[in-house]
Amino acid sequence: MQPTTSLIYDGTFNGLLSGIFLSYEEKLQVVAINPPGLANEELFSESLEVITDKSKADRVWKAFKKIASPRGTNAVYYAYLSEEPGIELEILKYFQHTFHYKKSIDGDFANSHVLKIAQIAKKVSREKHRIEAFVRFQLTKDNIYFAKIEPDFNVLPIIKKHFTTRYSDQEWIIYDVKRKFGLYYNLHKTEIINIDFSENLGSSEENRYFFDGSENDFQKLWKSYFGATTIKSRINTRLHQQHVPRRYWKYLTEKNPLHN
Amino acid sequence: MMFDRIKEKLEILADAAKYDVSCSSSGSKRSNKNKGLGNSDGMGICHSYTEDGRCVSLLKILLTNHCIFDCAYCVTRRSNDIKRAAFKVQEVVDLTINFYRRNYIEGLFLSSGIFKNADFTMERLIQVAKKLRLEENFNGYIHLKSIPGTSDELMYEAGLYADRLSVNIEIPTVSGLKKLAPEKDHADFIKPMEKVKNEIMQYNSEKKIIKSTPKYAPAGQSTQMIVGATGESDREIMLSANHYYKNYNMKRVYYSGYVPIRNDPRLPSLGSQVPMLRENRLYQTDWLMRFYGFNVNELLNQQFPNLDVEVDPKLSWALRNPQHFPVDINRAEKETLLRIPGIGLKSVSKILNARKYRKLNYDHLKAIGVALNRARYFIICDSRGWETRDLGSAKIKSLILRNSVGKFRKEYSSQLSLF
Repeated sequence: MQPTTSLIYDGTFNGLLSGIFLSYEEKLQVVAINPPGLANEELFSESLEVITDKSKADRVWKAFKKIASPRGTNAVYYAYLSEEPGIELEILKYFQHTFHYKKSIDGDFANSHVLKIAQIAKKVSREKHRIEAFVRFQLTKDNIYFAKIEPDFNVLPIIKKHFTTRYSDQEWIIYDVKRKFGLYYNLHKTEIINIDFSENLGSSEENRYFFDGSENDFQKLWKSYFGATTIKSRINTRLHQQHVPRRYWKYLTEKNPLHN
Repeated sequence: MMFDRIKEKLEILADAAKYDVSCSSSGSKRSNKNKGLGNSDGMGICHSYTEDGRCVSLLKILLTNHCIFDCAYCVTRRSNDIKRAAFKVQEVVDLTINFYRRNYIEGLFLSSGIFKNADFTMERLIQVAKKLRLEENFNGYIHLKSIPGTSDELMYEAGLYADRLSVNIEIPTVSGLKKLAPEKDHADFIKPMEKVKNEIMQYNSEKKIIKSTPKYAPAGQSTQMIVGATGESDREIMLSANHYYKNYNMKRVYYSGYVPIRNDPRLPSLGSQVPMLRENRLYQTDWLMRFYGFNVNELLNQQFPNLDVEVDPKLSWALRNPQHFPVDINRAEKETLLRIPGIGLKSVSKILNARKYRKLNYDHLKAIGVALNRARYFIICDSRGWETRDLGSAKIKSLILRNSVGKFRKEYSSQLSLF
């Protein structure tokens, strides 16, 4: 029996594609692909570290895009952004299925790998849509609209376009607190930034120091609007929480108990 | 800005606008050019949800709740003793822009009580939209209410700045309107609708020849009907909705369960329940008409003037028409698949895709997301165990009800509960 291999890649999309390239080049029997820091649970497989190589990654991606439909390529990228354990192997299986058939298989929902990728991609696109809705900017004293997010999946790369076209006449920052990077739009283009936050960010003194004088007033207005637009005789807390899950409340102005 | 005063007005005028159901911000195309503010790219966004579970997409307010009319079903009617307020045009503009910049909203939904007369009111609404578009370079979504009785010239101007225009018909029948709003004339509701419809049609034909034709209400028009205020049957409501869809090219008809607001012998008394289940069934019927290829007469007719509360309208139709079933999942046309209970638009699209690669069986259908507890009695697929018994509609219905749960079940359960 051919020995099996577990790949370890650097967590980037190009790294993953390089791993897929490697699996074809070396004719490997891959049983797992993991980002660094995750222990190899496949006891009887050999561990192999993938060296990220942009040119190899491009070759795989180009070959894949040639066969797959836009819907399929999109689904694969979205699925990668989910960062779900084991998704890398599913992506490899998806590539293998595509290359085997030599035609787009993105509609083959009766195949478990295709369905899995489609379903995870759907989850990521739902999260993208939610973050596009739930970002709440606060105006800072230097006239930058600033927002913090903690999305379930790594959606910053795919929300960039939406916010750049929408808010093209104001400076803004959207910062992913969990993944420790953000987007900054400087009125010309949107760039990736890293910020070191001080310990007590979010405290009320800090807020007074950072944010524009009218910021608090607009937040109050928004909260009173939110309250006034509710129909009391139809209250349905379950439905409300289904639409606005609790984990997002932390950054939603209207759900924030401060200054009530 | 005088924040305290604005806050008070906002509370009064948002509270008065909340019975308008429509909060859609989709279907428009207004791209952000020359570094302006905002864009509407066709897909709506719900930025939040109220505690009653409704989408908050637009800043939905009245310009004023002063009104010269005295319609029985309306909170802002003249004879009602409530706090009155009015926004200045600039105040609405500032609120919209500041909320939009913070990503609270997709745009503005502006309605109003009628002060002085229809044209005078409509002019103020248009001023807000015009200022937003021309002075603030705002490309977000604007939904304006067409005030019944507005002149054609003003309706034309409104469409140049608004994405959507709507008149709420409120009472589905002319006789009902006579009873509850004797001062209002049915024809006044129709006039602006007719004008908007004609302008949109003209825009669409001119656009083909001259590309620079200015946009006219790109998200179309919609209307709303109150359900359960007067004694209409479901059939009357849906026939009326169908009429507006067909003859006025409505994008949407909304159904709003009547929330009792006063004691009036003409209306359901205070404390009576909001007909939420009925509202839900009407929306399901609306969807079947618009997306599933059903004709309104198939779902509601002389014999069945009201929808079945126990099961959804598609299942109810299927139970009445067993001659169309079973349907072969692997062969049937799209139109036929759409008529199977438990299979929605998304499942149909997945089935059409997936069956190109292999024959589908129960396990595939389940994984795809088909509600087999309903669908299994109406389909044939590549599994052996399909339902072969000729069960009869009554038996199927009781089996489905026994093997499923419904969120409204307790409301229509005829069985007495012990506790």
